[in-house]
Amino acid sequence: MHVPDGFIDAPLSVVGGVIATVGVGVCLRGARRELDEKTAPLAGLVAAFVFALQMLNFPVALGTSGHLLGGTLAAVLVGPYTGALCVTVVLTVQALFFADGGTTALGINITTMAIVTTVVGYGIVVLLRALLPARPASVVPAAFVGALISVPASALAFVGFYALGGTTGLSLGGVLVAMVGVHVLVGIGEAVITALTVGSVVTVRPDLVYATRSYEQPLEIRHTEQAA
Amino acid sequence: MTASLVVHGLAFAYPDGHQALYGVDLTVARGERVAVLGPNGAGKTTLVLHLNGILGGGRGTVAVAGLPVTKEHVREIRRRVGIVFQDPDDQLFMPTVREDVAFGPANLGLRGPELADRVHEALVQVGMAEYADRPPHHLSYGQRRRVAVATVLAMRPEILVLDEPSSNLDPASRRELADILLGLPITILMVTHDLPYALQLCPRSVILDDGVIVADGSTYDLLCDDATMTAHRLELPFGFDPRSAMSVAPAASPSFP
Amino acid sequence: MSAGHHHHLYLDRASLIHRLPPQCKIAAVVLFVTAVVTTPRGSWWPYAVYVLALGAVAAAGRVPAPTILRRMIIETPFVLFAVILPFASPGPKTDVLGLTLSATGLESAGILLAKGTLGVVASILLAATTQPRDLLLGLQRLHMPQLLVQIMTFMFRYIEVVLGEMNRMRVARESRGFDARHVGHLKVVAQSAGALFIRCYERGERVHLAMLSRGYTGRLPVFADARSSTGQWAMAALLPLVAVATTVAAWATL
Repeated sequence: MHVPDGFIDAPLSVVGGVIATVGVGVCLRGARRELDEKTAPLAGLVAAFVFALQMLNFPVALGTSGHLLGGTLAAVLVGPYTGALCVTVVLTVQALFFADGGTTALGINITTMAIVTTVVGYGIVVLLRALLPARPASVVPAAFVGALISVPASALAFVGFYALGGTTGLSLGGVLVAMVGVHVLVGIGEAVITALTVGSVVTVRPDLVYATRSYEQPLEIRHTEQAA
Repeated sequence: MTASLVVHGLAFAYPDGHQALYGVDLTVARGERVAVLGPNGAGKTTLVLHLNGILGGGRGTVAVAGLPVTKEHVREIRRRVGIVFQDPDDQLFMPTVREDVAFGPANLGLRGPELADRVHEALVQVGMAEYADRPPHHLSYGQRRRVAVATVLAMRPEILVLDEPSSNLDPASRRELADILLGLPITILMVTHDLPYALQLCPRSVILDDGVIVADGSTYDLLCDDATMTAHRLELPFGFDPRSAMSVAPAASPSFP
Repeated sequence: MSAGHHHHLYLDRASLIHRLPPQCKIAAVVLFVTAVVTTPRGSWWPYAVYVLALGAVAAAGRVPAPTILRRMIIETPFVLFAVILPFASPGPKTDVLGLTLSATGLESAGILLAKGTLGVVASILLAATTQPRDLLLGLQRLHMPQLLVQIMTFMFRYIEVVLGEMNRMRVARESRGFDARHVGHLKVVAQSAGALFIRCYERGERVHLAMLSRGYTGRLPVFADARSSTGQWAMAALLPLVAVATTVAAWATL
C-alpha cells in the first residue's frame, strides 16, 4: 500500500526518509557495477513496466484490493541495486505527479516497497539459485519464491513503521493481521506474474536477465568460408 | 577518391551461436546509391549494425571514408554513418521534433546557434521545417519517417543507411520520401524488400542471402534476371514489370558508374 | 518523454504557475506538504488556511475545480480506510446519527483525510501545471543523482510503449472473445505480462540502438534553460511560507 501524507507521524517519516536516502545511496554505488550507459535504458524500461504493474489492482477479499510491487522482478532483471533504483523512481514519480503515496511518506514508501522487496526478494533468489541446478531456468522458481515472500515482508516493514509512528490509533494486532493477510494473497499474484515474466524472458532472451549472468558461457565466434 | 564504405570479409556470429554473416565484401563509392536486397533472415540488419560499430568482434573489416570501424573511432564513425531505422517510433523519442533532430548533433558537442542552424538545415532538407515545435507522435507516419531521416542528416553523415525506408508508407508519402532522397547529395545504402523502390532510387543493387553477397549489378539488370531473383526468394509485386517501369521512370541511372 | 499520459495530467495554459521553473514548484510542494503533515492534533482551523492557499494556487494556475475533484479519485483507498477508523478504533465512544463510534477514531479519520487530501491536491496541481520532462529537469536542478534522472527519463519514454502494447494485447485478446472478469482468468493476464515484457524489451533495444547510432553516450543533452531567478523562488516560496506560518501558529496556540 502506498502510505499517504499524514498516516505516519512526522518524526518517523523523517526516519523513513533517512533510511531511504542511505539505502538509495548504497544502491547508487552498487548500481555502477551492474549498469553501464548501455543498460540505463533497460532500467528505464523495467521502471516503466513496474509502473504499469502497480496500476493493476486486483481484488483480494471483501472489497479490499492489492497491487503488485515489482521489486523482485526488477532485481532479477537488472540486478538488485538497479532494481531498487527502478522502484524508487516509480514511487517518486507516483508521489510527486500522480498523487499516489504521500510526498512526505516517500521515504517510508521507498523503504518498504523498493528496498525491503529487493533485499528480501533478491536475497531469496540468490539463496535458492545456490540450491537449484546451475542453469538459467532455475531462476524462474527462485524468482517465484522470492516474489512470494517479498510482498508480505514489505507489509511487515510497513506494520513496523505503523507500530512506531502510526497516527490512527488502530490496534497493532489488527493492522498486522489485515496487512500481512492481504499481502500474503497479493504475494501469490506477484509470484505468478514475476515467475511468468522471468520465465518468458529467460526462454527467449536469457542474456537480458541479470540473475542468470553467473551461468553465461564465454562467446565463441565461428567462421565458415563460403564462396560468394 | 576514397570510397564512402568498404566492407571486407565480414563474418559474424551472435552470442547464441547463430552465425549471420559469412564473409561479406561490399564497396560503395562516394555519391552512389546502392540497394541491399535479400529475403528475411539473410543478414541485412546484422550487416547494417556493423556499419557503425554497434555489432562487431567477428572477422573482417569495415571502413567509412577510409576510417576503420573500431572502438576508438566509434564516436566519429557514428557521425559518419547515419542509420535510419525501420520504425520511426524507435528513433523519435524527444518531446518535440526540434529536440529530436538536435539530439545527434548535441551528442557531438554542438550548442547554441550552431546547433539551431544544423537542425533547421536538416528539417529543410526533408521539408519538415514548419513542424519543428510539434511532438513527433502527433505527426503522420510518413512525416515521422521524414523527421527520422532529418535526425540523421543533422549529423552531416558521409553515408545514409536506410532500413526498409518505404515500409508502412502510403503511396503519397512513399513518393515524397523518394523525391527527398533523390535530392540529397549523399551516399545512400538502402536495405529493402521493396523492389520497385530500389529500382526507382538505386542504380545499383546487391543481393545478400545466407550471409554472403550473391549478386551485384545494376538494379534493372538484377530485377530482370528471373533465375537469380527466384533463387533468392525475391519476387516482384503482382503486375510490376521493371522493363515498362523504367521507360516511365528514367530518373535512376545517371550517377551510375 | 513525450509520454501519452501527460495529455490527461498536464493542462496546457499560460499561467503564472505554469511559468514557474519546475524546481521551484517541486520544492514548494514538498515544503507545503511537510508543513501540513506537522500540523498538531487538536487544531482544525489550519486546514482552512491550507485549503485557501491551495485554492489560490489553483486559481493562479487556472486549474478548474472539477478537474481537481475528478483527479482526487486516486485517494479512494485511503478514504475507505479512513471510513473504517471510527468503527474499529479503541477508546471512548460517542454517538453520531445513531451510530456508536470511537471518538479518537473519528478524529484520526478526520486528520488523515485532511492531511492526505491536501497532499493529493498539491500533487495534482503540480502535475497539472508541469510537463513530465520539466519535472525531470527540475529534479535534475535539485541535484537528484544522474543515474536516477536517466532511469526516470527512460521510464517516461517507455510508459507510453508499455501502455500502448498492453492495450494492443488487450484488444487482441478481447477480439478472440476473452473477457477479464473472472478470477480464473488471472493466468491469461499473467501470461500476457511475460509476452508484454519481451515485446517492450525488444522495442526498447531498438530505441537504444537508434540512440547509440546518433552518438548517445549515456547523458541526455539538456536544451531547455530552466534557471530560476530569486524573484521566481520568492514567488514559489509563498505557498510553503503560508503553510509553515500556519502550523507554527497552531503549535503556539495549542
